[in-house]
Amino acid sequence: MALFSVNNVKIKGISATVPEEVYSNKSYEWISKKERDMLIKMTGVNERHVAKFGMTTADLCESATEKLIEELNWAKEDIDVLIFVSQSRDYLIPATACILQNKLGLSNNCLAFDVNMGCSGYVYGLSIISGMMSSGQIKKGLLLVGDISTLNTSYNDKSTYPLFGDAGTCTALEYSNEAKMSFNLQTDGAGYEAIIIRDGGCRNYASKESFDKVKHAEGIERNRVQLELQGVDVFNFSLKEVKPNVSRILDEHGVQIDEVDYFVFHQANKLINESIRKKLRIPPEKVPYSLDRYGNTSLASIPLTIVSELKEKVSKGENKLLISGFGVGLSWGSTLIDLEDLVCPDIIEIKLN
Amino acid sequence: MCIFNIVKIEDLIEKLEEEFDDVEQGVLNPEFNIKDIEGWGSMHVLVVIALIDSEYDVLLSGSDLTNTETISDLFEVVQKKMIK
Repeated sequence: MALFSVNNVKIKGISATVPEEVYSNKSYEWISKKERDMLIKMTGVNERHVAKFGMTTADLCESATEKLIEELNWAKEDIDVLIFVSQSRDYLIPATACILQNKLGLSNNCLAFDVNMGCSGYVYGLSIISGMMSSGQIKKGLLLVGDISTLNTSYNDKSTYPLFGDAGTCTALEYSNEAKMSFNLQTDGAGYEAIIIRDGGCRNYASKESFDKVKHAEGIERNRVQLELQGVDVFNFSLKEVKPNVSRILDEHGVQIDEVDYFVFHQANKLINESIRKKLRIPPEKVPYSLDRYGNTSLASIPLTIVSELKEKVSKGENKLLISGFGVGLSWGSTLIDLEDLVCPDIIEIKLN
Repeated sequence: MCIFNIVKIEDLIEKLEEEFDDVEQGVLNPEFNIKDIEGWGSMHVLVVIALIDSEYDVLLSGSDLTNTETISDLFEVVQKKMIK
């Protein structure tokens, strides 16, 4: 069972950058007004920030990282690890982390690599980077997570298009004697088709047919290089798996719900998240949402929500957070983290140069 | 533990009426086909799954609902899954 703790690594700062352009779901005319109103109510997504073609996740993460390094007053040569977790890399080859190492002006002694994970990616990324830093030989590290999901959604697919927003984030971690993070990570690859882009990888090379738009149901038309999401399957998975995963990590560490200051869940959609919150009997004031203004920002949604909703609270004093990511893979996991005087700049908005 | 909550189909009907803004109270009955709710679609399916899960602690699958027509059918599926 992947239930474990990592000692001696502390989160020092979190920053987030989104594209300046905002799309309102009120103007999503592919569906009727009635259906649109129900969709906004059910998903909780009013508007989202959307990248124009040409802007990448790496651009968003680069902006967030520069700001955070500046506010932390870190020397770039002290950063020895950079991990980029995303499903929207700059090129098929090489790894985007390598490009970012250079763009950010980090040392050639900094290790850098990509990890391909979605909604659970922030939690997984924290486990990887903290594991690498725990022995104390690497003192400072950067975890960059984000996605531009809107590029791969079809305007004519009501099951994906109105849900997603774009964001890139940076989390700065430092070796620290008293720190501890605990994880509970899980996987069920039997559900790999629940959220999938079918063509363009090695299993199904992109071909001319990959770009043919196909109608799958009323209001759901897309091609095979666009995101496919089986709503009911994802919904059932989330209702079934998230609660026991969270309960298990709390039990393992003897932490009661009222001892946790905030529960930050992946911002999937309002109906899923509220169902999970109620099942766990967590009071609403402990569960922040950024969904209404940013949509589902894939694996960036947890750090983005911390910055957008909890900035004032986590910037001063100590806070215990339970964060939980779940989705594509299927992959899910929770982490217990302690934040102290977190460096947390305001959300940055950028436009295409 | 929730078995006593759903001794009556009327409770389920009341909860469904509360959940859907467009459905006026008193319109639904055991023989009503839930797919005849105006604009019935994939979002309604998710709302019903969430409702049944939170009220009765029963997780319906997509096919449970595909195979269900009347509220009475739905009630039966929920009861069967509660006993399991």
